[in-house]
Amino acid sequence: MVKVTVDGIDVEIPAGSNVLQACEAAGKEIPRFCYHERLSVAGNCRMCLVEIEKAPPKPFASCAYPVADGMVVHTDSPMVRKARRGVMEFLLINHPLDCPICDQGGECDLQDQAVGYGDDHSRYLEPKRAVTDKNLGPLVKTVMTRCIQCTRCIRFSTEIAGVSELGATARGETMEIGTYVEKALSSELSGNLIDICPVGALTSKPYAFVARPWELKKTDSVDVLDAVGANIRVDSRGPDVLRVLPRLNEDVNEEWLADKSRFAVDGLKRRRLDSCWVRRDGKLARASWQEGFDAIAAKMAGMAGDRMGAIAGDLADAESMLALKDLFAALGSTNLDCRQDGAALDASRRDFYSFNTSIAGIEEADAILLIGTNPRREAPLLNARIRKAIVANRTKVAAIGVPADLTYKVEWLGDTPALLADNSFIATLKAAKRPMLIIGQGALRRADGAAILAAAWKLAAETGMLTADWHGFNVLHTAASRIGALDLGFATGKTLDKMLGGGVDLLWLLGADEFDTTKIGASTFVVYQGHHGDAGAARADVILPGAAYTEKDGTYVNTEGRVQRGQLAVFPPGEAREDWKIIRAFSGIIGKTLPYDTIDALRTRLEQVNPVFARVDILPRFGCTDPAGPAAGGVVGTAPFTPAVANYYMTDSISRASPTMAECTAAAAAPVQMAAE
Amino acid sequence: MAAHQKQDFIQPASFAFDADSMVQVDKHIAKYPAGRQASAVLPLLDLAQRQMGRITGSAWVSIAAMDEIGRILDMPPIRVYEVATFYLMFNMAPVGKFHLQLCTTTPCWLRGSDDIVQACRDVTGIKGWKENSADGLFTMTEVECVGACVNAPILQVNDDFYEDMDSERTKALLESLKRGVVPKFGSMTGRQTSAPDGGPTTLLFEKAE
Repeated sequence: MVKVTVDGIDVEIPAGSNVLQACEAAGKEIPRFCYHERLSVAGNCRMCLVEIEKAPPKPFASCAYPVADGMVVHTDSPMVRKARRGVMEFLLINHPLDCPICDQGGECDLQDQAVGYGDDHSRYLEPKRAVTDKNLGPLVKTVMTRCIQCTRCIRFSTEIAGVSELGATARGETMEIGTYVEKALSSELSGNLIDICPVGALTSKPYAFVARPWELKKTDSVDVLDAVGANIRVDSRGPDVLRVLPRLNEDVNEEWLADKSRFAVDGLKRRRLDSCWVRRDGKLARASWQEGFDAIAAKMAGMAGDRMGAIAGDLADAESMLALKDLFAALGSTNLDCRQDGAALDASRRDFYSFNTSIAGIEEADAILLIGTNPRREAPLLNARIRKAIVANRTKVAAIGVPADLTYKVEWLGDTPALLADNSFIATLKAAKRPMLIIGQGALRRADGAAILAAAWKLAAETGMLTADWHGFNVLHTAASRIGALDLGFATGKTLDKMLGGGVDLLWLLGADEFDTTKIGASTFVVYQGHHGDAGAARADVILPGAAYTEKDGTYVNTEGRVQRGQLAVFPPGEAREDWKIIRAFSGIIGKTLPYDTIDALRTRLEQVNPVFARVDILPRFGCTDPAGPAAGGVVGTAPFTPAVANYYMTDSISRASPTMAECTAAAAAPVQMAAE
Repeated sequence: MAAHQKQDFIQPASFAFDADSMVQVDKHIAKYPAGRQASAVLPLLDLAQRQMGRITGSAWVSIAAMDEIGRILDMPPIRVYEVATFYLMFNMAPVGKFHLQLCTTTPCWLRGSDDIVQACRDVTGIKGWKENSADGLFTMTEVECVGACVNAPILQVNDDFYEDMDSERTKALLESLKRGVVPKFGSMTGRQTSAPDGGPTTLLFEKAE
């Protein structure tokens, strides 16, 4: 630790920190454009100038100057003010004064800092430089004339996203940021370029000219389009969700957000179910809630509980799943399943189906084995954490599965399950202090999934992954609802396969679209409760319009087992209602009234069913206390692993309805590569 | 590609170092420690440009060539593009057989580089900078100081300096190049290297002996 005095305030900060960090520790605001705490230091914008006593009499770029013991720093001296004004004047020489037509207006670092640190007028009369706009694909819009060449985007794509596609070509006044050869960015994290760009050079293409930041209502929520549970802020105006931005959570998503979670929200306006529908004479017809409920109640009358079943979808919140479970218990049915992909998840112990190491814990690992998973497609933010661990700790990564570009170096061992028992990476795992494995749904959704799960656990036990203070066994989920459903015991009685094959006469789909609905028995009466007209609704006999994740207060459990709460940002469209309320209302119709009238009462019930729901946002780390593994159930097959997610951009009913995601899918399928722009 | 550059040419679909170049490629890579092979990017770009000149008569670096260098050196293509576009000595578009690099920095300008520029324009018919002549023989590029101010003004043709130029000498040089005759480079006044104009003024005793 070294002592530094900033504007008369003494602070102690670790040696090796830079002066900018010392100033921040003293509570002083330092303007900056190129400096970003998660990226390497470039030191090229010169906005963070400070004065340092007993050093050469010149302003210093504080982001690139290391602290020394006894250093005395001034952040608001006449020299500093004049220097920053000068820097700002230079930055604005070639920056267009087009704030009124710039999408960054109102949330622009350059705009704010020009007001805070710049001069009140311009002395520049000469022509400004103009730069051709680049086509970076369907997500990121460019207005390159606004670029101040801070190179944050280059450093982000190279260092965090691990996809070296952006660069600075040519030099001096002709220097340009771009890809040189025209191509869409191939990163799943490209939306973050919009956030880190301090000016309006990189903005959101789907959100272009849609709204100003001060018009928006901001609601803190949780993303459900993958199982990471990224913390998000939903920006809405009136009844419309206009955009989604990441919210800082160091343990989950840091300050990043994956592209699907950010850009699929335009799917919330399309293919929505906004009223009840009842199938009459083979055709779905609009109906009132009463008619919809009556149709179900009439079907249920006299039906044995065992002939009814429910399937929870990938986007379901814990509240509605519990309400549905309680309803079915009242009806005398235990036929519940949430494993739409047929994954052989063992619900008997929580660490058999969770990402036990935790996402932040990946940074501590020194050897990682990936089994039947492509984290880049299944959970891009988690993949970025793995990359971060590799860059910081030289963590070794090997994988069993279909070779793919994961943005970091991976030793591909092969793609057959037999490698679980014997492979060349086992020695590395055994030698590692903090080894971990990540098993994906691609490995578990097979007929021999249970055997593979048991084999993976055995491998974890043998290679020292399961100790009292370290749990290196991790299941990576792709569905936001899955762990919550398993925590609530939503996997009992007849399995999905049995229910489909005529095992039930009434099937209640709670937003379930991710299984083959054509396998539902022809005589089965299907109730679809959900928000999008997708596969499940097409097969339904009664449709109950529910709320999407931005339209309800809901609890979700991410792949780590972290309980998080989303909040209502806008109201559901038309007749649609929050899902737990629909189930609660229906329970009254059939005379089996559920004992909760408010969401708080329902959440109390959640905590009774499983105490983990009492611990919101916080995730204690556990070691492994019981090395006994899950039941094997069969033998490991020989078929190679297949990826769980074929198309990252379309994995659920919301992203399938999104035109932006359709564009991304097309761009990924046929990458445009022209010779030169 | 920079917006100010013209793109009325076709990028070759592929590029491969030939046997002659490959010998050099291996030599350059071997100069750097293992894992630091990317340091060889500059010499490899130069090799690619020279090979293009040798084979097609137009010494430039195509995108395919930069991609190939990226592959050989295990670096992302954009990192090669960044280096190649930074150095003005790499031509990102086809150039003529004789690349006229005219120094117009202050010493050359004071010594009459404007006349040289005009003479080049008159003989080749080229209007602007970075343009090729209609016959494909010449390209005119304005360059910063080439470091031979003592013999200013300088006209650099490909790798060679033609020094102490004036309008007449430039025209004669270009006419000769048009005929396919490449005159000897160096001072056009016949002085020895950078010795004073009109013969040595010091150390005369050695001559006296």
